[in-house]
Amino acid sequence: MAWDWNFTLNEVVPELLNVIHVTIMATLGAFALAVVLGLVLALGCRSNKKWISWPTRGVVEFIRLTPPLVQLFFIFFVFPHLFGLTLKPMVAGILGLGIHYSTYLSEVYRAGIESVPKGQWEAAIALNFSPLQKWKSVILPQAIRPIIPVMGNYLIVLFKETPLLAAIGLMELLGQAKSIGSVTFRYLEPITMVGIIFLILSYTASLLVKRLEWKLDLNGK
Amino acid sequence: MTEATEAQDLTAFDIDGKEPIIKYRNVSKSFGDNEVLKGIDFDLYPGERVAIIGPSGSGKTTLARLLMTLETPSEGTIEVDGRHLWHKEVNGKLVPADEKHLHKIRGDIGMVFQHFNLFPHMSILRNCIEAPIKVLGLSKKEAVERAKKMLDKVGMLEKADDYPASLSGGQQQRVAIARALVMRPKVMLFDEPTSALDPETVGEVLNVIKDIAKQGDMSMMLITHEMSFARDVADRVCFFDEGRIQEQGPPSKLFAHPETERLRDFLKSFHMNGNGE
Amino acid sequence: MIPIDVVSQVLPLLQEGFIVTIQLVIIAGILSFVMSFVGGLARLSRFAPLRWVSGFLIEFFRGTSLLVQLFWFYYALPLLGVTLPTGLVGIVALTLNYGSYGSEIVRSSILAVPKGQAEAGIALNMTRFQRMKSIILPQAFRIMLPSFGNLMIELLKGTALVSLITIQDMTFYITQARNTIGHDTLLFSMLLVAYFIIGYVITLVFRWLERKFSAGRV
Ligand SMILES: Nc1ncnc2c1ncn2[C@@H]1O[C@H](COP(=O)(O)OP(=O)(O)O)[C@@H](O)[C@H]1O
Ligand SMILES: [Mg+2]
Repeated sequence: MAWDWNFTLNEVVPELLNVIHVTIMATLGAFALAVVLGLVLALGCRSNKKWISWPTRGVVEFIRLTPPLVQLFFIFFVFPHLFGLTLKPMVAGILGLGIHYSTYLSEVYRAGIESVPKGQWEAAIALNFSPLQKWKSVILPQAIRPIIPVMGNYLIVLFKETPLLAAIGLMELLGQAKSIGSVTFRYLEPITMVGIIFLILSYTASLLVKRLEWKLDLNGK
Repeated sequence: MTEATEAQDLTAFDIDGKEPIIKYRNVSKSFGDNEVLKGIDFDLYPGERVAIIGPSGSGKTTLARLLMTLETPSEGTIEVDGRHLWHKEVNGKLVPADEKHLHKIRGDIGMVFQHFNLFPHMSILRNCIEAPIKVLGLSKKEAVERAKKMLDKVGMLEKADDYPASLSGGQQQRVAIARALVMRPKVMLFDEPTSALDPETVGEVLNVIKDIAKQGDMSMMLITHEMSFARDVADRVCFFDEGRIQEQGPPSKLFAHPETERLRDFLKSFHMNGNGE
Repeated sequence: MIPIDVVSQVLPLLQEGFIVTIQLVIIAGILSFVMSFVGGLARLSRFAPLRWVSGFLIEFFRGTSLLVQLFWFYYALPLLGVTLPTGLVGIVALTLNYGSYGSEIVRSSILAVPKGQAEAGIALNMTRFQRMKSIILPQAFRIMLPSFGNLMIELLKGTALVSLITIQDMTFYITQARNTIGHDTLLFSMLLVAYFIIGYVITLVFRWLERKFSAGRV
């Protein structure tokens, strides 16, 4: 079976572009969750109260060592039993990927926080900041700046993970490609085009992140 | 005055009837727009010890690295024992040398680096036998024998089974010297071998180098900021500045009667810093 | 209460899948490791076309996502007349994907070895090959070990995706079993714990390797 350009351009591409916003929404939603939850986990891991730090570390480790696909199934199939709420694929997807990648981002935050010089912590104490003020005005602004490019890279990694959501029935790019294939019995063009779309978007994004890194670097530390 | 007597005037070493083992001819080196060496002519005689002094950034390291084939010259030629280093003669014409050619000539040269560059994943002994076995093709037994002799010479034999990270800087540099000596080069380059050391370990390394200089008949190029060491060991001192040899001569003459204003200033700054002298 | 009869019904299934999952991790792991070195060294080659080709392939397999590649090999490739056994499709896609990530690990670890080390090798008149083999790679290997540990964890998690192309790994058996047995909560919890145990063992193995390869050195 040869490649059919007519089919590709007139059916596959328009139908894929129709659902690209689903992929992007899932990516951004999961990333937003990961950014917030990652900070909570990072602070939880550093807490000097053992009853906070130990369980947090355990949870982070457990999530990090188990497959996001299984976590998605767990959220999608088990949450309804546990909490009595049925989740839409998009919501389950954002929760699943967001929670999984929050453990990665907590590591990134940790590295950022540890890179803040000791003198800054001491200065915050010397100025008698409250713990909240210390984190908000002294530590976090300095910790986050150097890790922005790393976060950008995780955004791209997360983006490339969204095809998983097809497994719980979300009609994102890959799900759509499969459904085109099941109707037309032509899988070659749709799946190839999904790959190309991912390649173009992730490669472009990685160039942007490189530029960002370069820019942040130029303005000093 | 003939060329030979002219050369003899510059060094306390007896060069009578000898041919230089190293000849730099009109050698220039640029990094981008930055011309670091500007048409250097420089000879080194077999068995001669030359100290190279000069302010930092003047091109001393680059001069040595060109001979060790760590940098490529932008212009000019270097000869080692009558053979071109960076060029091959093909039908009477000089063409750039390939890696095979460099490999053949490079065996005559050894180098001791400012930062030692010992192999951290190998024991001290292994550091000293790796190249003799792999490059010179010695048997393990021969290599160990040779290496132990050299380690003994630099006073590091009892550390043979230790790893570099457990040694002081001075000890590491002594091992690095032994490692280079095991290869039996005809010419040894020392690039500020004591600049990265704690002051209290400088002496032990300088003494090891002095011993080697006294015993062997190896040619040496010693880049150093230790002026009294240069005076004790060298047959000739070259003062480098701005990519040129500004002045050279036997240490007795050069240190006592510097001719150029630059050298006078340079030596004065040393005196005031209390380094050497 | 945990229904014991369900557990005893599921455990044999999990065990069947466990063997397949472990096989995938080990086979694709070893192949990825090999590909990482081939790719990483090709990226650093003196021969420019080799650098470009390897660079393009690595970016390609990193840029298109793993599941898309699995589906492509499974659904699209047969339409081009090439039908691979399903198990092989899984191994090929996992290897190409994680081998590409591994190539970047190898490349950056080699570049992280201080330049003075290669220069000392030149000063001792070692050939390029000798320098790479006895000086650069042993030191780079130590640098890359922790990253390879993480890569193996990623690979383990990636193997779960092969269930979506009907390879019978742990995830496949459990998603099948839930259709007949039910008990979603128990089944998926057991599955998660099984992955956690494998992942934890991988972590321990790499910690042990890191200790072993830093022996004698500070
Ligand atoms: N690899 C390089 N790339 C660019 N510039 C270099 C490089 N190596 C040396 N230089 C420049 O060449 C000049 C001479 O350096 P060097 O030979 O190390 O001097 P010295 O050893 O006398 O201090 C310096 O200005 C230095 O910045
Ligand atoms: Mg220097």
